[in-house]
Amino acid sequence: MAQLDAAETAGPGLGRLWTDERARGLLFQILVVLGLALFVAFIVSNTIANLQRAGLASGFGFLTDQAFFDINQKLIEYSSTSTFGRALIVGILNTILVSVMGVIAATLFGFSAGIIRLSPNWLLSRLVGAYVEITRNIPVLLQIIFWWSVLTGLPKVRDSLGLGDVMFLNNRGIRLPAPLLESGFEWVFAAFVIGVIATVLTSRWARKRQSLTGQTFPVGSIGLALIIGLPIIVYWIAGSPVGWDIPTPKRFNFQGGFNVTPELVALWFALSSYTGAFISEIVRAGILSVSKGQTEAASALGLRPRQTMRLVIIPQAMRVIIPPLTSQYLNLTKNSSLAIAIGYQDLVSIGGTILNQSGQALEVVGIWMVIYLSLSLLMSSFMNWYNKHIALVER
Amino acid sequence: MTVQPFHRSQADLLPERAAPAATVGIVGWLSQNLFSSWANTAFSLISLYLLWLIIPTVISWAFIDANLAGDDRFACNGAGACWAWLDQRINQFLYGFYPSDQTWRVDIALVLLVPALAPLLFDGVPYARYLRWFSLAYPVIATFLLIGGFGLEGVSTHKFGGFMLNVTVGLAGIVLSLPIGIVLALGRRSRLPIIRMLSIGFIELVRGVPLITLLFVSNIILPIFLPPDVTFDALVRVIIMVSAFSSAYMAEVIRGGLQAIPRGQYEAAQALGLRYWQSMGLIILPQALKISIPGIVNTFIGLFKDTTLVIIIGLFDILGIGNAMVSNPDWLGLATEAYVFVALFFFITCFSMSRYSLHLEKRLDTEERR
Amino acid sequence: MRKLPYLVISAVFSIAAWGTVHAGTLDDVKAAGQVKCGINTGLPGFAYTDDSGKWTGFDVAYCRAVAAAVFGDPSKVKYVNLTGKNRFPALSSGEVDVLSRNTTWTFSRDVDLGFSFIGVSYYDGQGFIGRKSLGIKSAKELDGASVCIQTGTTTELNLADFFRVNKIKYEPVPIETNEEARKAYVAERCDVYTTDASGLAATKTTFADANAHMVFPEIISKEPLGPLVRQGDDQWADIARWTLNVLINAEEYGVTQANVSSKANGTDNPEINRMLGSEGSLGAMLGLSKTWAVDVLKAGGNYAEIFERYLGNNTPLGLERGLNALYKDGGILYAPPMR
Repeated sequence: MAQLDAAETAGPGLGRLWTDERARGLLFQILVVLGLALFVAFIVSNTIANLQRAGLASGFGFLTDQAFFDINQKLIEYSSTSTFGRALIVGILNTILVSVMGVIAATLFGFSAGIIRLSPNWLLSRLVGAYVEITRNIPVLLQIIFWWSVLTGLPKVRDSLGLGDVMFLNNRGIRLPAPLLESGFEWVFAAFVIGVIATVLTSRWARKRQSLTGQTFPVGSIGLALIIGLPIIVYWIAGSPVGWDIPTPKRFNFQGGFNVTPELVALWFALSSYTGAFISEIVRAGILSVSKGQTEAASALGLRPRQTMRLVIIPQAMRVIIPPLTSQYLNLTKNSSLAIAIGYQDLVSIGGTILNQSGQALEVVGIWMVIYLSLSLLMSSFMNWYNKHIALVER
Repeated sequence: MTVQPFHRSQADLLPERAAPAATVGIVGWLSQNLFSSWANTAFSLISLYLLWLIIPTVISWAFIDANLAGDDRFACNGAGACWAWLDQRINQFLYGFYPSDQTWRVDIALVLLVPALAPLLFDGVPYARYLRWFSLAYPVIATFLLIGGFGLEGVSTHKFGGFMLNVTVGLAGIVLSLPIGIVLALGRRSRLPIIRMLSIGFIELVRGVPLITLLFVSNIILPIFLPPDVTFDALVRVIIMVSAFSSAYMAEVIRGGLQAIPRGQYEAAQALGLRYWQSMGLIILPQALKISIPGIVNTFIGLFKDTTLVIIIGLFDILGIGNAMVSNPDWLGLATEAYVFVALFFFITCFSMSRYSLHLEKRLDTEERR
Repeated sequence: MRKLPYLVISAVFSIAAWGTVHAGTLDDVKAAGQVKCGINTGLPGFAYTDDSGKWTGFDVAYCRAVAAAVFGDPSKVKYVNLTGKNRFPALSSGEVDVLSRNTTWTFSRDVDLGFSFIGVSYYDGQGFIGRKSLGIKSAKELDGASVCIQTGTTTELNLADFFRVNKIKYEPVPIETNEEARKAYVAERCDVYTTDASGLAATKTTFADANAHMVFPEIISKEPLGPLVRQGDDQWADIARWTLNVLINAEEYGVTQANVSSKANGTDNPEINRMLGSEGSLGAMLGLSKTWAVDVLKAGGNYAEIFERYLGNNTPLGLERGLNALYKDGGILYAPPMR
């Protein structure tokens, strides 16, 4: 194109810097890099001056200082004498926990709502539509606070709703029995892994057989039997190597067992319903994008509506659904940082406390950025892989 | 024997009969849409039952049993909602701590928003060409109206609050992020490798982190980056951060718009001898921006909902005012009413904007198809 | 379009020029025409809004006193509401000139974070509030209880220490603001709420059935609350410090909001005369006007009057002076002499 160099018409020497497109581009880039370097130098010198004036040290050494504060919802061992570093790890795990739970629930909710909205039942589709519109147009912070107020309105501890005396529901959370893994448990876990591998291999073999002979194989039921049945059998054989820590009511709370706080549940509900509403719209658009001819051809072949949806429509719709779905998942992960508003101690909440107690603002904010960027990167890489996996292989 | 053509005269046709009663009119509609199968009937009945449970309770709580007047919560003795605070605190919800004798300036700024946005969002607006100059000048006019100067009394940005704060932060964020987003989108498509890397880096960095961390950056880190003793107004810092945040999303929307322009336009511009910035400014960007408007409106809706996050750094937007009101001993325990009110505000604004954006998308679709 | 880069650059510089560059805090404050004072987002008695939206309270009264000292006008204050998380960054960045937000004076805040506490305006301690129906008499019986606690505060650290030292366990319920704590406590999400005893009294006033709740006898920490300023600006720190001392000394010498104008003309007590400006030149030494202390006292009265108005027996809080009485009256409030 413009390799038809203007340089040939311009004079030699410095004039070429302006008229030759490549030289101009290079000059511009050099200027931008220089400008950026100056800007960064300006910021760094200010930062050093400010930190010196405030007498703050920099560096990540503070991570080995003791935290002296407690965390209530945690997945790993932590006490008030643990370090700041460990507290941050607890926060990261909490963020991942609520994000994974939220993604699963939002997907289930979004797909169901999207499909229901396309149902011929006018009332059902309009009701779900109204719910989706309301949830989409109210800020998620408000919804989180709403769900937290609802959950705090559950019965008080003294009037807990019990399920067979092993599970308890009250406004301080859901109290579940905690499994205590004893010595024989590795076999049960090994059996589970073997069951999963066997299911994957079976499904591959069944698919090959179907493409060769056309006979279907009940992979679903066999897989379920393997994944669930095998570990159960090993469990019996090994003599039930799992003890249970049953929650018992004490003076103020229940002791023992595992508690799921209402903050976690409220955050999970709010994020799932908010993101699920957006996913339902994406799913609806995806299903509508599959041409009507596909549905008609499927029913001409004798497939029932549910089979049509499962075997013909959804696989094709997935190609349209996956890219916007990825960004919704990322939004959910980022929105989980609103946990700070109701006291669920995720990464941002714990980071904020550490920032306050130690004064190391730059380092904590840096850690936030790095962790969230890594989570986003992981999630979008996985979704990109899945997208390529289901892409249409065109001739 | 030749096949006779199949003729029938009107007289030979049987008279039309009315359709079966169960398929037309309201009965027909009901049986097709609500009761077409056993499963559907069951769902319809359950839904109707739920509606019958919920709707009368809500209406009686919100309207029939509600109290509308009074000085404090003890004046509300009904079983319904207590709206007595509305009449005393509505100004705080709308204007925050803005001096009450100056709120007319906020009203004027809001009213002037209509002619400023109309030529950009709607077709067929009279005097659109002149109004567009007004749209360009509007941010400056609005700033002076809200902050002061030119004979108007100065109002510190710390007094901004309530719904006005949400609108100000949202609009300022979008308006500032538009030029930055354009630059980033062009940078991302640039052939110069450094520019491309910088643009992609910025966009991915900003899109990968939650807005809350960026707000903390604006509150805590930005002052460390500035020379000692230089301070920026808190609201300005928030607007800078929100603009940076939304400019990354804006860049992606505009990039989509740029990709939708056929290659022929770029080539024709070059064939006419236009240089890069001329072709961008005169040919490509006007078309790209027009296509991107639904995406821009959607970004704005998302940003507008996210403005509630400023409550976490201590600014009093409409949600913050609601919280503050509920902790006043006069209005304790009225959290439900306050939150319902705030939710209603957001729902009405965001819903109308999303309807508009849908309508625009449909119109752009039909325009493109020839 | 060719001029675009120039426009962009000049726009960037004009935005940058919007920030102002300053030297000492007193000069900044005088140039700005107001004192930027950091206060709580809402704590009954200390910082709260009345129906017209004006901020008022014990901590707010101190802000007004500083403004009166500098400008002679207590209304020249810009109130910046700060949460527990952003109060310190706001002070170190210059967003506020003085922080009057029920902040405890501790070693790490003084030394590590780079601030100067200019005195103690309220001697407090951390306590617990719980329902009488729990049937316990002491905080040491709280083994296994749920405790509402504000994150990022010294109370959080003291709480962890208290339970660890007494070898009992608890379940923390973390919350960000006093208001959330109140909601959680009322809903019985937690059994007890812990914060400074003054905060407990403030919260207790908001309960419908205040008598069903009791403050436990244990005071598990020292919480000397006081205003703070940035390190490195001694003149401004002196102004902040001596404004507080004026309030305390005025109570000791019997100068009130009502009689300050008449006493300003001269009395028999040379201490009063020096304080109010009729003798000596204390105001000039601080860089303030001669009547700086008179203006401070006209703004809200002396320490006793401020305490009575926002925290005393006639208010819903009903706090006793206790440690906060003058040393002569059994407390530990003692300000250096004004000479």
